[in-house]
Amino acid sequence: MPQIAQLAETYSSQIFWLLIIFGLVFFIVGRGMVPKVMDTVAQRDRQISDDLAAAQAARDAADEQEAAWRKRESENRAEAQALVAQAKAEAAAKTEKKLATAQKKVDARLTEAEERISAARSAATAEIEAVASEAAQDIITRLAGVKVTKTSISAAVKKALANG
Amino acid sequence: MAAEAKVDPMHQFTIEPLFGSGNWEIAGYNIAFTNSALWMAISAVALWIFVAGGMKRQLVPGRWQMAVETFTGFIDDLLAANVGKAGKKYVPYIFSLFMFILFANMLGLLPLGVVGLHAFTFTSHFTVTGILAILSFSIVLIVGFWRHGLHFFSLFVPHGTPIWLLWLIPVIELISFLVRPFSLGLRLFVAMMAGHVLLEVLSSFVIDSSNAGAGWGVFIGIPSFILMVAICALEVLVAGIQAYVFALLTSLYINDAENLH
Repeated sequence: MPQIAQLAETYSSQIFWLLIIFGLVFFIVGRGMVPKVMDTVAQRDRQISDDLAAAQAARDAADEQEAAWRKRESENRAEAQALVAQAKAEAAAKTEKKLATAQKKVDARLTEAEERISAARSAATAEIEAVASEAAQDIITRLAGVKVTKTSISAAVKKALANG
Repeated sequence: MAAEAKVDPMHQFTIEPLFGSGNWEIAGYNIAFTNSALWMAISAVALWIFVAGGMKRQLVPGRWQMAVETFTGFIDDLLAANVGKAGKKYVPYIFSLFMFILFANMLGLLPLGVVGLHAFTFTSHFTVTGILAILSFSIVLIVGFWRHGLHFFSLFVPHGTPIWLLWLIPVIELISFLVRPFSLGLRLFVAMMAGHVLLEVLSSFVIDSSNAGAGWGVFIGIPSFILMVAICALEVLVAGIQAYVFALLTSLYINDAENLH
């Protein structure tokens, strides 16, 4: 077994070179390069988490804006509805007013017409009386040859007309 | 001929000085640049190339960068799970340890013998694994006494120890604590060596049975060869698992030092 057989002659060179070479590995690779590699990894991890945080923030902002937009939109809608309701109410009021005016006019014309009708009726009645009394006077004069005064005849006609 | 070339399963672990450096010395200690040191250097350079390929620092990583980040993330998670927040500062050490052992194990498995080179698995030497284990253990001790002072010894008295067992439990805990560097180093060394010896023994079966005749070659050589392929796959798994176990145990021990029990 050379490990034991050669121990006495080789141990010092083994130890010497191992310490030198492992020392170089430790200081150049271990201390010099490994921290940089790990730094790169850490930097990447940080960047990823930063990007994720930024994305989250952007999403939150978008949500907020959407909520604000929704609120504004619902306000606008409510405003528009109020406007429409007001316009409707105004229009209804105007229509009512117009209707009332028209109704008044119609009523006025109706009463006027009724008055005219009743005037015409009374005029017609008076004429019928006159014609009837004249006719009655004529008839009496021709049949009986009696001269009857106009007054009495018209009283008689009035009485007869009133009866029937 | 191959018949004469005796296959020695242990020969692969022999350390040889390279480039005539066999007599280099510092203060009387030999520091020859051996094949072992060469493969440490190759592992270190391969690891450096691998990590350097992941340094593009792109926001959207390519495949290579993704692979490197997977390993750093793996070690980071390991420490976060076992030590907690305080584990972050040990990532460079555990990463170096894990990747260095992983690359050493994997490179040692390369079938370079095909082109006449010899891969050397320096993690199959307990001098190497022992140093790494002692390094980890020293960190545990230093961190433990630095953070907790003498209170660190409360590690040897777990919560809920009955009063009448106070004479026994600390002794057991102390022994289990002191055994840690040995178990850490020996586990890796034994696992790597056993796998390589097994592969070598099976390959010697293939060669020797084939040399003994076609019949032997068919009945012994081919099954051995198939088994070798399967064990190669297993060894790749072991290479990863042993590196992971080393890193995991080190982080568990560091957890003891950081947080006590």
